[in-house]
Amino acid sequence: MIELFDPLKGERLRVLDETGGIAPGLDPGLAEAELRTIYERMVRTRAADAKALKLQRQGRLGTYAPSRGHEACQVGLASAMAGDDWFFPYFRDLGMYITLGYPLADYYHLWMGNEAGLRSPDGLNIFPIAIPVGSQIPQAVGAGLAAKYRKLRIAVVTTFGDGATSEGDFHEGLNFAGVFRTPNVFVCLNNQFAISVPRARQTAAATIAQKAVAYGFPGVQVDGNDVLAVYAAAREALGNARDGRGPTLIEAYTYRMGDHTTSDDAARYRSKEEVQEWERRDPILRFRLYLGKKGLWDEAYEKAVQDAAAEFVEKAVAEAEARPTATPEDIFAYTYAAMPPELEAQLADLKAFLEEGRR
Amino acid sequence: MIMTMIQAINQALAQEMERDDRIIVLGQDVGRNGGVFRTTEGLFDRFGPERVMDTPLAESAIIGASIGMTALGLRPVPEIQFMGFIYPAFNQIVSHVARLRNRTRGRFTVPLTIRTPYGAGVKALEHHSESTEALFCQIPGLTVVVPSNPYDAKGLLTASLRSDDPVIFLEPTKLYRAEKQEVPEEAYEVPLRRAAVVREGKDLTIIAWGAMIPAARQAAEAAQAEGVGAEIVDLRTLSPMDRETFVASVRKTGRALVVHEAPKTCGLGAEIAATIGESALLSLDAPVLRVTGQDITVPLPKNEGLYYPGPERILRAIRRLMEY
Repeated sequence: MIELFDPLKGERLRVLDETGGIAPGLDPGLAEAELRTIYERMVRTRAADAKALKLQRQGRLGTYAPSRGHEACQVGLASAMAGDDWFFPYFRDLGMYITLGYPLADYYHLWMGNEAGLRSPDGLNIFPIAIPVGSQIPQAVGAGLAAKYRKLRIAVVTTFGDGATSEGDFHEGLNFAGVFRTPNVFVCLNNQFAISVPRARQTAAATIAQKAVAYGFPGVQVDGNDVLAVYAAAREALGNARDGRGPTLIEAYTYRMGDHTTSDDAARYRSKEEVQEWERRDPILRFRLYLGKKGLWDEAYEKAVQDAAAEFVEKAVAEAEARPTATPEDIFAYTYAAMPPELEAQLADLKAFLEEGRR
Repeated sequence: MIMTMIQAINQALAQEMERDDRIIVLGQDVGRNGGVFRTTEGLFDRFGPERVMDTPLAESAIIGASIGMTALGLRPVPEIQFMGFIYPAFNQIVSHVARLRNRTRGRFTVPLTIRTPYGAGVKALEHHSESTEALFCQIPGLTVVVPSNPYDAKGLLTASLRSDDPVIFLEPTKLYRAEKQEVPEEAYEVPLRRAAVVREGKDLTIIAWGAMIPAARQAAEAAQAEGVGAEIVDLRTLSPMDRETFVASVRKTGRALVVHEAPKTCGLGAEIAATIGESALLSLDAPVLRVTGQDITVPLPKNEGLYYPGPERILRAIRRLMEY
């Protein structure tokens, strides 16, 4: 299906229209329970995101990069992944984390300012968030190389924004992937802005997806506010990766509904009208309309989903806030496999200083 | 067997690759060509293209991909062809290699060894002569290693390849073929984080590493003729640094001279001098002196001698220390 949508011709894969109508030939054919699970994940993501913003304003959580508007990209992609696939995230991936089963309490714990929240539970193949833009891309390619070497039938997914496509690591990583035909799926969440700088300042190319052509593998642009389009493209690309058919670049065309982070004010660089226009294309609304047409959604179901999401979020907040703060040992112990004498001395000095303060 | 540092490095790589199939060598020209200095010669034929990988010319991706390999349990050995070309990968090294253990509270570690030729004294092109080891020593989480002879090169590299910490393994190009030495055939480790007293003396302590060790030895022999006994401490691991060994030596001799090729300001000599000030002040009979490259860009080959610390400059500093 991916090859039917040529990015060089400006074609974009879309399964659901804005009224929730489906293009029959492109329906990925998910079971009713799967469709509802996807919806519930999207609702949870939005609830968890809104809660993080609230906590930040109350001083209970640090600077935060909100995900609103990206629920279809994140949940659609992660829902297509298998348990032993690997994920190399960027910093705006809440729906990925929720869908892949990363404890929300850990996620909050990290954004509250504790490294312990960045430790993926054992067995969960999620690398830590990459803050330096694009730097996770060659790392994901290395994991793909290792999967090939170990003859594992897995895919390695990495996400990034449109700004990252200007970084050298985007080029170096995708170029490597093309040369070695690694089992990678590169997903650009093109949300039109790198903080304030618009997508047009990142590249003169008409699409980001078409950059894949130069690396010798397929690229496809999908409607990033259409969860079924993201899911369908991801499922095919993941299958190609696992089956040795090489990497794919997916450009999910979407919009960052919130500020870049809680330290940003997007009103400085974009109009209300533009934001309102995108509100109309809201990914959760669109999917809800589709479920309604299929008879899978009504007010009672909505209330149950919202209540469950609220409970899920509140439980995670309580758990995150109950976590102990780090000890001096915690912040020293993981610098090296074994602590060198100089670090031991510095740790002892810090502890002595703290002890003096207590007396 | 008598061998050069290149042969010693090659043997360490081959033996560890034989022992541990998680070790993957990757970089530019490391495959069929055997490396521009021939340090990886024969590995491609012996272990195949999956384990000895010629990569695109992209330093950041070479290190970035190596990081990703460690996620799936491999132990990559990326080669950066010259230290002067490591800077495109600096972000991967500083932002990820050094920090992953800490930022994931030990879930992910980065057991990779980044090998790169470094240092001046071989009349190379521009960008092929710098020694910027101090940049890496400032980064918590990295281990920075420099051998000064073939025996140490094999043992330190073997220890690095077996280490669970990321290692920047700096190979002094000037020493690659300068000296041959008896090197045991079997695998052995020279422990990381341990300096060595490579020459004993009672009058002053010279602290150096890499290509400055042979220069310091020559100066020490000349000083001996003048009746001055110079002890030489080869730091071997620059970070985390073995401070005890040189502090103990300075407590004995009462005088200290640090020698490095890197520029003086904010070079490791400053850290060493400060450590001596903190730990051996009352043993000192003279200020700690430094013989280093000047704070200038390394000159091109015709003028390199003006920059590069040699035995004469070291001997001059020894005399100053003794006259103080």
